[in-house]
Amino acid sequence: MTAEIAQPQAQREAPTQTPAGASEQALAAQAHARVLRHKRLVLLGQIGIAAFILGGWQIGAMTGVIDPFFFGSPVGIVIRLWDWGLNGTAYGSFWLQIWVTLEEALLGFLVGVSSGIVLGVLLGEIPYLAEVIGPYIKIVNALPRIVLGSIFVMWLGLGLPSKVVLAAVLVFFVVFFNAFQGVRSVDRNLVSNARILGASRLQVVRHVVVPSAMTWIIASLHVALGFSIIGAIVGEFLGSQRGLGLVIATAQNTFDANGVFGAMLVIGALALSAEALMAMVERRLLAWQPPSNTDQNIQGL
Amino acid sequence: MTAAADTPGGVDLVGVTKRFVTPTGGVMTAIRDINLSVAPGEFCAIVGPTGCGKSTTLTLAAGLERPTAGTVTVSGKPVDGITKGASFVFQADALMPWKPVIDNVALGPMFRGMPHAESRARAMEWLQTVGLTGFENHYPHQLSGGMRKRVSLAAALINAPSILLMDEPFSALDVQTRAIMSNELLNLWERQRPSVMFVTHDLEEAIGLADKVVVITAGPGTVKAVFDIDLPRPRGAVQDIRFEKRFLELYQQIWGALREEVEQAYARAADATRNQGNTA
Ligand SMILES: Nc1ncnc2c1ncn2[C@@H]1O[C@H](COP(=O)(O)OP(=O)(O)OP(=O)(O)O)[C@@H](O)[C@H]1O
Ligand SMILES: [Mg+2]
Repeated sequence: MTAEIAQPQAQREAPTQTPAGASEQALAAQAHARVLRHKRLVLLGQIGIAAFILGGWQIGAMTGVIDPFFFGSPVGIVIRLWDWGLNGTAYGSFWLQIWVTLEEALLGFLVGVSSGIVLGVLLGEIPYLAEVIGPYIKIVNALPRIVLGSIFVMWLGLGLPSKVVLAAVLVFFVVFFNAFQGVRSVDRNLVSNARILGASRLQVVRHVVVPSAMTWIIASLHVALGFSIIGAIVGEFLGSQRGLGLVIATAQNTFDANGVFGAMLVIGALALSAEALMAMVERRLLAWQPPSNTDQNIQGL
Repeated sequence: MTAAADTPGGVDLVGVTKRFVTPTGGVMTAIRDINLSVAPGEFCAIVGPTGCGKSTTLTLAAGLERPTAGTVTVSGKPVDGITKGASFVFQADALMPWKPVIDNVALGPMFRGMPHAESRARAMEWLQTVGLTGFENHYPHQLSGGMRKRVSLAAALINAPSILLMDEPFSALDVQTRAIMSNELLNLWERQRPSVMFVTHDLEEAIGLADKVVVITAGPGTVKAVFDIDLPRPRGAVQDIRFEKRFLELYQQIWGALREEVEQAYARAADATRNQGNTA
């Protein structure tokens, strides 16, 4: 998946040489200009790399150094996407395929996250349950979960449910383990304090345990988001009538390299926008944290 | 703002022993056969060497733990479950970092089912009392250590506790802030008059605040001596009274009792380290 390399933080503080007589404002303006210049340089470098790779690929494909049959070409990819956008695919419009995959991933994400949180909090709060159920969860977790996809397709058919379940299962384990760990690492003092102030067991869970585990849970959501998309696409790959996974599978079967890359590109764009959305939600939910903690963006894909 | 009417306050510990099971499976006696009583409205300071079981004693009074032997009675009722009418101020901040100051102070009334608007209004009053008006929407990490302690105090006192348990509440503060906070604590205590159990390592603080200072022996702790502090109230700042003759006398007496225990605890700790060094 297209994982963006974390951008180095622009230098916050300018070197503190103070030319005699320079006013604070001039210094600030200078520092600001330096930061801007740095940002521009980084951007330029990034564009440069993209241009180099894409350009090299295109030229290679045109001169025959790279076999366009197997590797496609950037222009070919754009033409293929354009064609899909205009004329659709053999099984409905391209937009429909995107929507189908999104819907499966989103539903799987929601089901997986909510069940992961509920079970994680339950097992974290009730040690007896954790001891009884814990080993089973470990066993299921040890299964190669992608293979479960085949079983779900057999059981639930080629439609939406099998993909949602696969995505949900992938998401569930990530969220569950984090929620469980988060609940376990709640500050005992906070719990004692709440109990002394008169909180019932449920109130402790609601006002202390869950908010405190939230940091852990949210950290898992980035990875979970990527998994939900992977789950949907793998599910479609294994058997479906619609969706981006099917688009890739079809392109693969017809040796349409441009098609495979094109669909990959679309999936990457989806994942990145979902990631951006996630970062926004995260910032809202963790507004109480000191800013340094919410600044860093954990890349999950 | 008076002490809860249904619970008169007062704490009685009779023959209280508490043992813990250590992670290695052994048994560790934290306190043994403690007899201690704090009258309603009395301010009791507890001093003793580190590890002697002061915090353990407070958690027993709060009902967070059960004694292994003996009985703990608060407001005339044996403690089973969380003690009614008790508030606890911990050494480390026990504020919810994800709640703004006002919601932290309003926790007690909220847990007890008071309507939202009313509990917030009460919390605002308390913030005013502890001098934090204007900070209600700050998060705890945006406050200084002293301000956080004030929030903790407000959050503890808003429940109008009949017993107030404080475990080294001011030990993380600088000397000046600590003096100010001690003064404020006395003022607040005069309003509600809860029974107070105040754990501290600072003997001056103990004498300056309390009606009675209890010295606990090196662990497993038990009561070594109880000193009545007959300094007149209102006392004013510790800084102002600590050179008075009676204060110095009391200090000498109590330090005499405490010193042996501190030295013994220290010697034991040093021994343990040496033994570990030998076996390693
Ligand atoms: N939950 C527990 N499990 C096992 N041992 C414990 C537990 N709580 C306390 N202890 C032990 O009991 C002893 C007394 O602990 P306690 O925290 O009450 O000491 P303290 O007097 O408050 O010390 P300090 O002044 O350093 O805070 C210590 O030796 C400690 O290791
Ligand atoms: Mg302690």
